[in-house]
Amino acid sequence: MSGRTVIPFGPQHPVLPEPIHLDLVVEDEKVVEAIPSIGFIHRGLERLVEKKDFVDFTYVAERICGICSFIHGMTYCMAVEELLKLEIPERAKYLRVIWSELSRIHSHLLWMGLTADAFGFESLFMQSWQLREKILDIIEETTGGRVIFGSAKVGGVRRDISADKLQDILKKLRSYQNQFAEIGGVFLRDATVKHRMQGVGVLTSEQAQVLGAVGPTLRGSGIAADLRMTGYAAYGKLGFSPVVETAGDCYARCQVRIRELDQSVDLIEKAAAQMAEGPIEVKVAGTPTGDFFARTEQPRGEVIYYAKGNGTKFLQRMRVRTPTFANIPPLLTMLGGCQLADVPVIVLTIDPCISCAER
Amino acid sequence: MGQQNIIDIQVSELAAKVTAMKSEGQRLVQICCTKLPDKLELHYSFDKNYDFTSFRVTLADATVKVPSVSGIYLSAFIYENEIHDLFGIQVDGIAVDYKGKFYRTAKPRAFNPEQTPGGQA
Repeated sequence: MSGRTVIPFGPQHPVLPEPIHLDLVVEDEKVVEAIPSIGFIHRGLERLVEKKDFVDFTYVAERICGICSFIHGMTYCMAVEELLKLEIPERAKYLRVIWSELSRIHSHLLWMGLTADAFGFESLFMQSWQLREKILDIIEETTGGRVIFGSAKVGGVRRDISADKLQDILKKLRSYQNQFAEIGGVFLRDATVKHRMQGVGVLTSEQAQVLGAVGPTLRGSGIAADLRMTGYAAYGKLGFSPVVETAGDCYARCQVRIRELDQSVDLIEKAAAQMAEGPIEVKVAGTPTGDFFARTEQPRGEVIYYAKGNGTKFLQRMRVRTPTFANIPPLLTMLGGCQLADVPVIVLTIDPCISCAER
Repeated sequence: MGQQNIIDIQVSELAAKVTAMKSEGQRLVQICCTKLPDKLELHYSFDKNYDFTSFRVTLADATVKVPSVSGIYLSAFIYENEIHDLFGIQVDGIAVDYKGKFYRTAKPRAFNPEQTPGGQA
């Protein structure tokens, strides 16, 4: 046995858009242990809830992440709405689904680009992001923002989408599906991509369950768990079932995300077809009392917002358990025994969002 | 949404209750801490078939030692390191203990700054 060496990975690293640090204990080129540390950009946003009233805090919740900002805002609103016993209008529920799924599509395309870049496939990276731009254009057309939607609010949503605009969006999304298939096909069939992903970073279904994996990391290991199955917003009316792959490796996690692109378009189509005219918000009255855990499915997996109110306009506690945080123990297991050169690809296949984890 | 239950328990009951959840096939979803003016609350949350149960443990302050549940659910170690680093909660027997080096925040125990390193409030 050769001696052990500790190699620092991050917090600044070419494949990491955000800072996370891993101390990689290696023997030759084999990783035997990974020791994480976070907190380099911890913002303490949870504690801002003590100084921003519960309505205004929606703006802060949306800014926890620049990728799934809408779902953060929506989940926060769901927690507060439960404390206030507010039932939001049906149309608002469908609009929440549409913006959530647009977030998922753009997040998965972002991930595809970053991953292609990590294994040196530059043209695939650019194709993925070129397509993501078109999704961001749709988001901008419907919300006015490309990163922060500003559309979630306690009691419903801030904006509506007209029927004509919806038809236009659906037409565009259908045309993009051919490009999803084209780019996804390269990921799934190209020999060099398969070489970097198949059999790499394997997480068995037992490990995924025991280690608390969530999202595509969990579903890529054969477990059909997705919070959209609970039927929050309007998901209960859309006939949803999770995308599952069984191999548990980097390739399986990639397959899940690529298949979810089409699934998201289908969900948007169904939501648009079922959505009836009507109000998009209800008046907010009272102040939040009690505590509640709101749970939704972000592109990276289950996010939990715990809200505790004491009858004043300031919440006592708002805690966010992000999917990236839950996926750290599974990541450490995947890294044990891998080759040093595979570390960037394995880290990327949990789709880490450090901005979320450092809320 | 599935059912949601929040159940108050004592620190002394924690290990037995969590073991029972494990044998029922529940998934550990998260552990979190809340600092209130006169006490601290810990939530241990579980999920099975989207039904959500959370055990709420109340601590007079962070000097009260809490047994680790990472021997029952390994993934608990990440949350236990978090509540130690951000709130100064003393967790006994964490399976993977980073000893205060998991969160590299500029200020230690950022969510409970009155707490001293030795656990004395």
